[in-house]
Amino acid sequence: MSYVNEVFRGAVAIAQAFGVTLKALLSSPLTVEYPEQPAAVYPRFRARHELRRYENGLERCIGCMLCEAACPTGAIHVEAAENDPEHPTSPGERYAKVYDVNLMRCVFCGDCETACPVEAVVLGHDFELAVYNRAGLLLQKEQLLNPKAPNVVVRAE
Amino acid sequence: MFLFIVFALIAIVAGLGVILSRKPVYSALFLLVNFATLAALYIMLQAQFLAAVQIIVYAGAIVVLILFVIMLIGGGELRDIRDPNKTLLRRLTAPRVTGAVLALLLLAAIGYGLITGTLNSASGSAAAFNNGSVQAIASVLYTDYVLPFELASVLLLVGMIGAVVLAKNE
Amino acid sequence: MDWINLILIPAIKSVILVVVLLTGFAYLTWVERKLIGRFQQRIGPNRAWKFGLGHPIADALKMIFKEETIPNYTDKILFALGPGLALAPSLLIFAVIPVGPTLRMFGKDIPFVVADVNIGLLWVLAVGGIGTYGTVLGGWASNNKYSLLGALRTSAQMLSYELPMGILIIALLLTTALGTADGSGTLNLVEIVRMDRPWWLWAWIWLAFPLYFICMLAETGRKPFDFPETENELVAGYQTEYGSIKFALYYMTEYLHVLGASGVAVSVFFGGWRGPFVEQFPGLGLLYFTIKLLAMVFLFIWASASVPRPRYDQLLKFCWTFLFPAALIYMAITAVGVVLL
Repeated sequence: MSYVNEVFRGAVAIAQAFGVTLKALLSSPLTVEYPEQPAAVYPRFRARHELRRYENGLERCIGCMLCEAACPTGAIHVEAAENDPEHPTSPGERYAKVYDVNLMRCVFCGDCETACPVEAVVLGHDFELAVYNRAGLLLQKEQLLNPKAPNVVVRAE
Repeated sequence: MFLFIVFALIAIVAGLGVILSRKPVYSALFLLVNFATLAALYIMLQAQFLAAVQIIVYAGAIVVLILFVIMLIGGGELRDIRDPNKTLLRRLTAPRVTGAVLALLLLAAIGYGLITGTLNSASGSAAAFNNGSVQAIASVLYTDYVLPFELASVLLLVGMIGAVVLAKNE
Repeated sequence: MDWINLILIPAIKSVILVVVLLTGFAYLTWVERKLIGRFQQRIGPNRAWKFGLGHPIADALKMIFKEETIPNYTDKILFALGPGLALAPSLLIFAVIPVGPTLRMFGKDIPFVVADVNIGLLWVLAVGGIGTYGTVLGGWASNNKYSLLGALRTSAQMLSYELPMGILIIALLLTTALGTADGSGTLNLVEIVRMDRPWWLWAWIWLAFPLYFICMLAETGRKPFDFPETENELVAGYQTEYGSIKFALYYMTEYLHVLGASGVAVSVFFGGWRGPFVEQFPGLGLLYFTIKLLAMVFLFIWASASVPRPRYDQLLKFCWTFLFPAALIYMAITAVGVVLL
């Protein structure tokens, strides 16, 4: 009798399995067609660096080099210079003349943005970093200042 | 007649292939070809049912089993047959002697049948079996030949039960 | 005049059938990938053309233009023979499946079946049995442990599941005795499809369908019973060493087996091309057959998406301890019923 019972229960289990797949068939697919559709990322996702500006167009970065000091892999290189009082690049005394990020070294830890006193450098949401040569991974100031979605406060806290 | 000669030649060549092949797998395949030509010969005699059963049972099951066994024990080449180090007498192992004796007996039986004419005058022509239809064969099988048929089925049943008993561990 | 009926018409029918089957196979792969995708809440292939309809063509071109290699230390003859031996029987099954009623065309009555022979169902069993050789020999000739294991599994699996399948078919053949006037049954698939049966007989026949379907899954080597090629244990089983067009032939065989088994099941269990209004418009029969065939193929794909693969010993144990006795009991009851009625 237990054998019959076992057979019966097996049949029920298989029927249930069929039901599960049928339910999946009738519901719409969950696929995100990534290159055509944007892939959603979480708010605290950390990808390519961005340098932000104030609303009046001045750069936030004051060339303090704290990010360079905080970087565990030495991926950031900053050279500061005095601001021209007539045409200031940033609100402070100095600004970053050179701001290079080496993405081949960067581990996207986010220490640079923690270290930054003026919230100038943030790790943005642009994760499409593939390039055809190594030079493409050495970001310079112009590239960092002009991200795909500029001047977004990525992390509110 | 032309087709018969073609199929008969194929059957003979395949039969020779069975015993002359060095690799057991090839022997099994030649056997398969032999069975297939036999089925073709049955079809030429209007015995379609017999042909189908021939293929189902022999080609579909028995040769597959033979292949199964060959694969399990490994289908390497047979070197022993032409081994020059052994004398002819040494190479006559028990299976070979048995096979040779059986073959000779078969040849003698066929020869006797042909000489006395018993084989030629086989009464069951194609028409007698209603062109080999399933119904005709079934009615003959279950009326005239019911005893041998049931005996064969009992034999198979015994074999089946034996296999089950052997396969059981305890 | 005779040669038209004997050779020309069957030849034309065969050519049409083969062409339809081979294109049908290509798009069956598309249907399967798409359906499996939806079963897993994915979209499935959608890159080539609209709805991914170009994928089968792209796949075929890729297969054809790949380098054809024969590995060293293989049995060259059998290695090349394997795929052909596998493919031919899978095409031959369709010879006896009636895909439609007899149509009047060009002033001739043309039955929609290639060979209207009186051993129809036996032909299916015979050809199905031969289909094993392609896989077994291909696996053996590859001289690869995984291939050999795949081949071994194929032979054992096919042999085992042929038995309950054959017994179920015998039971169904017994029921045909109730449909003919003189009380003698028939093996002819054309007649089996034509036969009028009362509803209770249909109900009894359909009772056997789940068992038969399990046998079909095992005989075609489809998931969840794809033991000849289990990719997680045996790499790809018997087809590990195959590439290019030879692999394509094996691939084709698998899908043709599905189509063939579906065709037989539709003819035996679901009345083949029959359906409402088919007497008035015989052309509808073709449509009904296609719909039923596709429904059966859907069932195959559904099963492969739903049920995980058991272990190999479980497969054989299931066959010998459940399926085979169940089929025997079914046949015994049928036989008693047929005699009594």
